[in-house]
Amino acid sequence: MIEKILLVSLVLFMIAIALLLYRVIVGPSMPDRAIGLDTIGVNLISSIAIVSILLTTKAFLEAILILGILAFIGTIAFSKYIERGVIVERKSNR
Amino acid sequence: MQVLAIFIPLLAAIFIPFLFRNVRTIHTGWFVLIVPILLVGYYATFISRVMNGNDVLASFNWIPSLNISFISYLDGLSLLFSLLITGIGALVVLYSIFYLDKTKEQLHNFYIYLLMFMTAMLGVVQSDHMITLYLFWELTSISSFLLIAYWFQRDKSRFGALKSMMITVAGGLLMLGGFVLLALMGGTYSIRELVAQAPQLVNESYFVLALVLILFGAFTKSAQFPFYIWLPDAMEAPTPVSAYLHSATMVKAGIYLVARFTPIFAASEVWIWLVTGIGLLTLFWGSLFAVKQTDLKGILAFSTVSQLGLIMALLGASAIAFHVEDAANTVFKYAAFAAIFHLINHATFKGSLFMIAGIVDHETGTRDIRKLGGLMSIMPLSFTVALISSLSMAGLPPFNGFLSKEMFLTAMLTLKDFELFEFSTWGILLLVIAVIASIFTFVYSFYFVFKTFTGKLQASELPQKPHEAPIGMLVAPMILAALVVIIFFIPNLIGEVFIKPAVFAIQPFLYQDPFLQFTPAGIDITVKAWHGFTAPELWLTVCIVIVGALLFTTLGKWQKLYRIQPAKLSLNTFYDFVMDGVLNRTMVNVSKRVMHGSMRHYLMYMFAAICFIVIGTLFYKDAFKISFEGAAPIELYQLILIIVLVLGTLTTLIARSRITAIVGLGAVGYTVALFFVMFNAPDLALTQLVIETISVALFLLVFYHLPRLGKVQEYTPFRFRRLAVSIGIGAMVTLVALSAHSQKLVDSINQYYKDTVYSLAGGGNIVNVILVDYRGFDTLFEITVLGIAGMGIYAMIKLRLSRKEKTNESE
Repeated sequence: MIEKILLVSLVLFMIAIALLLYRVIVGPSMPDRAIGLDTIGVNLISSIAIVSILLTTKAFLEAILILGILAFIGTIAFSKYIERGVIVERKSNR
Repeated sequence: MQVLAIFIPLLAAIFIPFLFRNVRTIHTGWFVLIVPILLVGYYATFISRVMNGNDVLASFNWIPSLNISFISYLDGLSLLFSLLITGIGALVVLYSIFYLDKTKEQLHNFYIYLLMFMTAMLGVVQSDHMITLYLFWELTSISSFLLIAYWFQRDKSRFGALKSMMITVAGGLLMLGGFVLLALMGGTYSIRELVAQAPQLVNESYFVLALVLILFGAFTKSAQFPFYIWLPDAMEAPTPVSAYLHSATMVKAGIYLVARFTPIFAASEVWIWLVTGIGLLTLFWGSLFAVKQTDLKGILAFSTVSQLGLIMALLGASAIAFHVEDAANTVFKYAAFAAIFHLINHATFKGSLFMIAGIVDHETGTRDIRKLGGLMSIMPLSFTVALISSLSMAGLPPFNGFLSKEMFLTAMLTLKDFELFEFSTWGILLLVIAVIASIFTFVYSFYFVFKTFTGKLQASELPQKPHEAPIGMLVAPMILAALVVIIFFIPNLIGEVFIKPAVFAIQPFLYQDPFLQFTPAGIDITVKAWHGFTAPELWLTVCIVIVGALLFTTLGKWQKLYRIQPAKLSLNTFYDFVMDGVLNRTMVNVSKRVMHGSMRHYLMYMFAAICFIVIGTLFYKDAFKISFEGAAPIELYQLILIIVLVLGTLTTLIARSRITAIVGLGAVGYTVALFFVMFNAPDLALTQLVIETISVALFLLVFYHLPRLGKVQEYTPFRFRRLAVSIGIGAMVTLVALSAHSQKLVDSINQYYKDTVYSLAGGGNIVNVILVDYRGFDTLFEITVLGIAGMGIYAMIKLRLSRKEKTNESE
């Protein structure tokens, strides 16, 4: 029973990712894409968690943690890029 | 010692630069002169032994494991050539001492090349091993190249040198092919051993191919039709070189080769037809065009071509003797004798004629026959020498050319009686060609000597005030002219000493008697100057003289006929066309078309080729196979993930802006990471996620720094060929993956790792244990790759030499 529920939720997450991808591709503005990517990352975290429950393994916990950090960093970098045009500011620029 | 003798000139060449630098008061040529004189003396000691039919053999192992050795084999033919090379070499060195100025010329270069050539030539005629023969053969090409371009500041010298190099080396390479074929058939590289098994070789399938290839070498070197074109251009060399290389020795290397291989190839009718036919054609062609020339050395060059053709034709005729019953008693035996006899005669008179042409050039400043004339009273000695040699070349008594011309006519007369290979019908045509060629020979011989020395002196036309040459310069041509006369009076002595042993080498089968120990002296040929009134040769000669004299007196009227031939319709134009048009321009065009520097095109070639080869191999080997046995079932969520992956890829491909493509690529990377998760690869997923993030960030960095100019947000234009190639590659990879999956030959070795990962390596993570323990070596070098990449990026960013130079310039 629980397995079926997990599979259904996995399918739903995949559909969500596909829809988010649509937003990322079409997204009329850059912030749309950034938000889309961020949400894809969150959905990925959830999918990986479900998969690791399905496979009954703890091996993917690191991947979930890394993905959390990366999604955060990526979104921050993207936002900064949209706002200022550079990601890493040089000291000499000040 | 005998092998060493070949290398003596080369060893002597080492000392030439020291002598030239340190002994400036004495002309370097005097030191060089010692070498050929010593060698003449050395080779003369072999004469008596060779006369009695004893060949002398000496060898030096060069590469024993490959059975390659320097073998010096002296029989009649080699000894005759060796004596010619060293003898005329001595005279040429003597002549060059007076011809080349010791202060103005780079004498050390000249004599080093000349000595190098002498070694090469001695090596060619004495080698019994075909590989060393080829080695020396190419050395003659190279040293001849160097000698022709001795005055390398002149364009024409360089052009002539390149042309002769191209043609002779092309022939030499073909000849090497022939040698290798012959050695494969006979199982040995030794010419003597090949001669011994000649009867079996005829039936080999590659016999004719080897024959033709070897003839290519001989014909290019001996300036036969249509390869003679390099010889007139080689006349840009200093005159001693022309006299030595391009009349007496190097151009006879091809003759030597034909004579040496006659016992092997004579059994084939192709050989007889080719050698005789090409020889006669060359004889005719060369004599015809010699009259057209206006340059003294040009006349002599074409005359050399023509005379070489004559010798070649005689050698071809001598091969017929192998097909005749009881040949030793028929007339065909004369051909080889006549060929060798004329070879000696030609070396004497042509050498002296070249030296005279050099003297005329040296003393008047020009070689243009239209400016020359009336030099007889000013240069009486040169005139006498020139007259003797020219009359000999024309074939008049009492000079040696008469005797060999008579024998040539005898041989050609007998050809028409020969019935094998349908010679009887063609034989008469050959005779007619030979006679016409002889008439033209007569005309150009007279043209050469009388247009230069008689008539009116055009003193104003000449760059220098003409005067007689110094006596030292005249010594060498005078010795040769004296030989011309002496040989006429004692032809049979020359025959006994030199010619018969050589004929014995060319036609060994003819004189092999199982019961008698045959020696060269037993060859029953005597040279007669007088055949009697009934002999057709006499009347042919009379006819040649009368017609030739008529033609010469009316020369001014018909020489204009040569202008009918348009300048474009010649073999030289053809050569230029091949070299410049076909080889140079076409190749440049081809490489321009194929290599236009566009990376996209190269990638297309590569991918198309890979696709073609792999799919072709798959179908050719019938390796294509699909089976889904053992494949896992596909879940719905995996299907959706695949659709996401494909969508991401498509987005990247058809994206209208670059940023979309980058984001699409990122999506693809994350999806792949998810796949790693689903296929139970946590380490891979981890790494993939991090790397993907970093590379997307890098892409964005690159994107941001694109130059503003031309920063058009254009999407990839559609091209059908690119689509075809990419679909092909995709199909190929899919097919190969499916086929590879469907037919596994052996099981995987992963069970071993599973069993031993803890017991042997003491770890739980199998991937990490493989990376650092089982296969740690790969990891080391992956680390190295990363290190190099990091340092490379650092260097590329920090090291900007071009910008620094620019700023320096602006300061």
